[in-house]
Amino acid sequence: MDVYPQSILSVDGLSKSFRGLTALDQISLDVRRGEILGLMGPNGAGKSVFINVITGLYPADYGTVRFLGRDVTRLPSYALARLGIARTYQNIRLLRRMTVLENVLVAIKDHVNRPLRSLFIRNRSRFVRAATTLLEQFHLADKRDRLAGSLAYGEARRLEIARALAGKPSLLLLDEPAAGMNERETEELGDTIRASRKLLEAMVIVEHDVAMMRGLADRLVVMDAGHKIAEGKPGEVLAEPSVIEAYLGTDEADE
Amino acid sequence: MIQDYIVFVGVNIVLAWSVYVILLAGSLSFANGGFMAIGAYVSGVLTVKFGFPLVIAALISGIAAGLIGVLAGFPALRTRGIYLMLVTVGIAVSVKAVIESIDYVGGIQGFGGMVGTTPWHVVGLVVLVGSGLALLSRSPLQRILDAVREDELSAASLGINPIYVKLTCFGVGAFLAAVAGSFYAHYLIHVSPDQVLSVFIVLYAVLGGTNNMWGPPIGAAIMTLTPEFVRGLEAWRPTAFGVIILCLLLIRPDGLLAFRIATTRTKAVAGSKPKQST
Repeated sequence: MDVYPQSILSVDGLSKSFRGLTALDQISLDVRRGEILGLMGPNGAGKSVFINVITGLYPADYGTVRFLGRDVTRLPSYALARLGIARTYQNIRLLRRMTVLENVLVAIKDHVNRPLRSLFIRNRSRFVRAATTLLEQFHLADKRDRLAGSLAYGEARRLEIARALAGKPSLLLLDEPAAGMNERETEELGDTIRASRKLLEAMVIVEHDVAMMRGLADRLVVMDAGHKIAEGKPGEVLAEPSVIEAYLGTDEADE
Repeated sequence: MIQDYIVFVGVNIVLAWSVYVILLAGSLSFANGGFMAIGAYVSGVLTVKFGFPLVIAALISGIAAGLIGVLAGFPALRTRGIYLMLVTVGIAVSVKAVIESIDYVGGIQGFGGMVGTTPWHVVGLVVLVGSGLALLSRSPLQRILDAVREDELSAASLGINPIYVKLTCFGVGAFLAAVAGSFYAHYLIHVSPDQVLSVFIVLYAVLGGTNNMWGPPIGAAIMTLTPEFVRGLEAWRPTAFGVIILCLLLIRPDGLLAFRIATTRTKAVAGSKPKQST
């Protein structure tokens, strides 16, 4: 039984603490089909912990996570990835000593689900073609034979998103994709994200950048100190006094 | 004499590859000497006491070692880095202790009577394993192994199960070491627990370089033949051998062949040429 038939990911009462320090306190939210959900909050609000618990890096203390109606709370990272939850990391994690093309190829579902059988897959050029097409969409095709470790910051971020999409996920979680980027790079990233949207069912973006979130997100959830303090349309949420106090008030200098 | 060289170099090449296979997924194993001993003893008992043909006995001992490898690897692979190395050293030492305490296989005195290995067995094994690794090196599986070796977390978030991949490599590595150990024992006729437990196996691989399949056999060949070439030095042989290894490691710290070969040949894929993009 799914209470929200249109929701892809349904989080209910999710809690997590580290040595008595509460990082997530009874977080409940839904990610709806077709939307980009923005998750905002000041540093230490628990946004990254939220992503890490959802993707199985940390076990949840309490609460449930349902993905497409299925309870996935206790599943390990790789199982969640196979079900269709992809993610990127705040500090970009590429396979730096492998080529750009290989980084995309490694994520192809036919291979990761059955590693031993992939030894005997015929007609591998179709995967190279598919990966090259994906790289073209991210303006990385001419760099496909370079080592991933040699890419510039913005390119590396684009590659990480392209790689996450290579497994044809339903849901993509981006953990602070604009961290450390200048204004122009952030703008390009926005275009990349908009272009990725049609390849996915839904997206969650954890981000500080208010301007970027206003332009990209269909809905916003704001967290502070492990609590959810606001949820709704970007314009309305960003006008709420509690949000301004918790987030914009203390973080204004950054904007 | 040339026969000796072929057998010893060939066996050591396969042993070096057995370390390489486990290292493909990022674990450095000192346990392979133990797996080699399991291969030598299990196949020896099968041929001497039960009259099995050599090749069948070698395969059975390989499967036995592979299963033991997976069982031992399951807890071992929960540890990482130097702790994992220590655990694998422990596996090798345990194997030795167990063999020494079984009177049925001669205890410390060792076990004898194994015959039948010809240079062709060893050459065949090298060609077979080499072909398998060559097939692997251009396959999607190689990329999966590389991903686990480079960043387990990243690999897991792409849907790769790192534990499964590492365990499989451990099992296959144990299998290869045991088959090599069987052929080795059936050439020497007599083996003792000390003889088949060698830390040199890891050195073969590391000295040759572990980023592609050609490094380990080169390391194995050099380390097997060098003591023979410096035979004229009499008592100074081990010293000369050590100095040569140290020099090699100083000159090429990542191994003689340290480069990684990409798993894709993009030029060969028709219609995949990227359009010019900005």
